[in-house]
Formats: sequence, structure tokens, C-alpha cells
Amino acid sequence: MTAQLTAADYALEGSKKPLAALYSRNAKAVIARGLLATRSNNWLVMVSGFFEPVLYLLSMGVGLGALVGSVEGPDGQPISYAAYIAPALLAVSAMNGAVYDSTWNVFFRMNFAKLYQGMLYTSLGPLDVAIGEIFLALLRGAMYATGFTAVMGLMGLLTTPVALLMVPASVVIAFGFASFGMGITSFMKTFQQMEWINFVMLPMFLFSATFYPLSVYPQGIQWFIQALPLWHGVELLRQISVASFTPATIVHVCYFLGMIAVGMLLTTLRLRKLFLK
Amino acid sequence: MPTPPTGPPVISAHRLSKHYADFKAVDGISFDVPAGESFGLLGPNGAGKSTTMRMIGGVSQRTSGQLTIMGLDPQEHGPEVRAHLGVVPQQDNLDEELRVRDNLLVYGRYFGLPMSYLKPKADELLEFAQLTEKAGARVDALSGGMKRRLTIARSLINEPKILLLDEPTTGLDPQARHILWDRLFRLKESGVTLVLTTHYMDEAEQLCDRLVVVDKGRIMAEGSPAQLIREHSTREVLELRFGSERNTTVAGELQGIGERLEPLPDRVLIYANDGEAALEQVVSRGLRPVTSLVRRSSLEDVFLRLTGRSLVD
Repeated sequence: MTAQLTAADYALEGSKKPLAALYSRNAKAVIARGLLATRSNNWLVMVSGFFEPVLYLLSMGVGLGALVGSVEGPDGQPISYAAYIAPALLAVSAMNGAVYDSTWNVFFRMNFAKLYQGMLYTSLGPLDVAIGEIFLALLRGAMYATGFTAVMGLMGLLTTPVALLMVPASVVIAFGFASFGMGITSFMKTFQQMEWINFVMLPMFLFSATFYPLSVYPQGIQWFIQALPLWHGVELLRQISVASFTPATIVHVCYFLGMIAVGMLLTTLRLRKLFLK
Repeated sequence: MPTPPTGPPVISAHRLSKHYADFKAVDGISFDVPAGESFGLLGPNGAGKSTTMRMIGGVSQRTSGQLTIMGLDPQEHGPEVRAHLGVVPQQDNLDEELRVRDNLLVYGRYFGLPMSYLKPKADELLEFAQLTEKAGARVDALSGGMKRRLTIARSLINEPKILLLDEPTTGLDPQARHILWDRLFRLKESGVTLVLTTHYMDEAEQLCDRLVVVDKGRIMAEGSPAQLIREHSTREVLELRFGSERNTTVAGELQGIGERLEPLPDRVLIYANDGEAALEQVVSRGLRPVTSLVRRSSLEDVFLRLTGRSLVD
């Protein structure tokens, strides 16, 4: 088995690299583990995640859309109700997937499956685990977005090749939510507290100009909705879907870049609280 | 007994503490473990053993005190320290979403080890854990003992220099325990440092060069098993049974025999350097125990002496 160890083998030289306590540049091992686990178990769960927004699109877009008829699109041109809500549903599904993966999944694996305890007794640092898990969440989000965009194409809701940019844009949106979600989870100790996350998500889904334009609200509420991330996601994807860009597009993108930066900072600062107790 | 290890300590704890809001899990313990030693942490449930183990692994933040592992602070250099650590936690935390062999391979990847090394190593460890036939099985299909063996095999995937074993043989049958002891002996012979907690005193006597008895987050005693027995107990113990009702009443009549007397509900213990002589004295006082037994003092006597007989939780 091992060769005879001597005193010299026991002398370690400490790394001077920043974040040496938290990071070993091996997030790929966490990603490889996630892919292997998905391949052998979770593919059914994965498939159900794909169908959720598709079912919404069918019931609301096609069903409700028959009553609504056409509405005014982001560029002022009339579009079908299904084409109006489809980008919004994509943004919602990006948010839901990212939040689920970075909050409930992390919380469960930390406190119940004890998956991270095992990982953190190896050379992996908490930052490796966080990066790996966020990457997996985004990979999954990218697959869903690709599938959903394909469904939109099949339903004749894509009118421009620019609309394909919705896929990378969804990943950016998901990254914003995932980085933030993991930081938030570090504050959670019980299942009851985790429920608060749903309490925030559901109204955001319903009221972020998802199913009707923002202009139905009085001014004060409009401002409030515009401060929330999902509205920026909805608007961004809606603009991309018809290739109608305005200066507001840059604001939407910057909102998410800022959210990612703040979220990653929060998560990194909270890693010890999240993983090392 | 193996030769006493020399060289600088590979684990050095000084006034190490871990306080939670409402209690002190570890309360200022100090100890050094030299390279190649087999070091035991003994104590009742909740004594702070596991918390100490977790601090050594750098996965639990200490409240105060100093701790160095191979010269590094595990809190500042967690990944580097753990690269040379093998850990068997108290509760198996196998990856239930992966198959048996994949558990070993993926765990090795966490250390950044290449597949060319891991594949033969995983097969070797499956052989050691007698799980070769279960290589492709799901983890939740394994029995408790099999899971334990897989956890132990997993801890060896990176050929650790320090092996932390938190109650390693709890849940193992006697055969598996003896195989594990043999394996640990061989690791020790090759210079691996062992740190273990256990509830089995025979295990501690078998495996530990030196141990500390911990209670309520503090060190109560420290030494080799033989030393501890010498210091905290007598050479022999005489166990007398007079029947449940009579044990405590008879105890009064036994005063003065041996060094110390301990009446228990089911028997009376007399700690004496010569058990047979003590028994003769008992008989000469006209007492007729139902059964009597003279045995050597064990670590268990020391443990109970130091940590008390009442349940803590």
C-alpha cells in the first residue's frame, strides 16, 4: 500500500494564493459528479422541469390567447398573445430553475443528504462546491431554454433568428438568480424559513408584467415592479424575441450583471456560514 | 507496543474551543499528536469528540485557541490540509445518487486525482472492503455494515497521511471489526497517523498508543491505555453479586477491603491490587456472594471512573 512515511512527508507548505482556504480550482469535479448523478438517477426530474413552461404556454398562450386575440408587442406591432407571454414564461422558468437549484437543492444537500459534508472533507473548498453547483444549475437552465425556444419555433412564435439569443440571455438571468439564491440560503436554518422564498417568488411570477403590460398598474406600483429582477428578465427576453432593442435593453442586461456580481460576492462572503459551521 | 513516535507534532491543539450560543462543545483542550502515532479521543456522547474531529478537518470553525495540522491552520488552508486527510465520519455520508464504485472514483476526483490512478485504486479498495461484487450496486441497497466498509474504503482513496476515524466500527460485526483493526495496524506500520474516537474500550486498548478522555468539552485524563489504568484504577477488580436487593446493604459491611468500593444495583465492585486476597477478606467477614469474579482492570473502569455512570443525554 503506501510507502513508508517520514517526517518530511508531514511538512506542508502553505499556499499564498488568495482564497486558499475556500477554493482549490477543482469545481470540475463537482460538475462531473452532478452529470454522473443526473445520468444515473434524475433524468425524469429533468424532463418534468422542461414541460412546466411548455404547459403554461399551451394553456395560457393557446387557450387564453384565443379569447385575448393579438396584443401590442414591444416594438408596437401587434403579436399573438402566445408570442407575447412566451418570452416571459422563459424568463420565469429560468428564474424558477435557478432558484430551486440554488436554494432548496443546496439546503437539502447541506442539511439532509449530507452530500456537501462528504465533499468538504476532501481537497474541495466551499467555493469549488458553489461554483460547481451554480454551473450545473446554469447548464440545466440552458437545456430547458433551448427546448422551450424550440417549442416556440414549432408553434410558429419565432419571427426572427435574433430570437435565438433568448437562450444565452436566459442563462444570464438564471445566473443572477442562482448566485443570489445561494447567498440567501446561507441565512436559512429551517424549512419554515425556506418557505419564505416561495412567498417571494410566486407574486413576482404573477405580477412582473408576465401576462399583461406594466401600464395597467398605477405609477407607484410600476416603479416597484421595475425594481424587481424578474421584470427585467421578462422585458429583456421579450425585446430579444422580436429583435426590438432600445436603451432599456442595456439597463436590463446591466441589472443582471450587477445582480451576478453582488450575488457572487454575497455567496463567497457567506460560504463559511453556508458550508462550514 | 510500537516504538514511541518522535519528531514534531503533526497535529497540535492549544486551548482549542468551540462554543455555540448555548453551550461549550469543546472548552479549551490542548494536545499534540506526533507523526505515526495512533491517538484516541474517548468520551461519552456529547463530550466534544466529533466537534474536535471536524475542527481538525477544517470544516468547523473554532471559537478560540490554536490548531495546526502538519504545520498549517486548517481554517486558512483547508483544501491543502484535507488533501492529506482521510475521514470516516460518525454517520456515513455516502453519495446515494451514485453507484458503489462511482462513489470511490468521484470522491477521488474531489482530490483532483487522475482516473489512471483512481481506477486500479478503487478496485483495490473494493477488494479490501469486500465489496467487489457490489461495485455496480446502488448505495441504498447496501446493508449498514457494507455502507460502513465503503465509507472506510473511501477515506483511503487519497492515501492519507492522517486518518480521522469517528467511531469507525460502530455497526460492524466482529469479523469486519477485526479486519478493520488489522488494516489500521498496517496503515500505522507504514507511518500513517491515526486519530480515532470510539465507544469500545477494547478497541481503544487495541489501537491507541495514547489517548485522552474527554468529558463536557474538557480533557479529563491523558496517557497510554496502560498508564491510564495504572493511574486511575487498581490492577484488579473484584466483582461480587449478592442479589439485587442486597448489593447496597452489604456494601456497608465491605468497607475497608481493597482501595475503593463501588456498589452498583446489580453488583459490588472492589478495586484492589490483589483481587483474590480481597475475596478472601470478604469471605472471612462471613459474607457469601452469589457469584464472584476477579478480573484485570480495564480501560472501561477508567472511563467510567472519570466520566461517571449516569447517562448524559
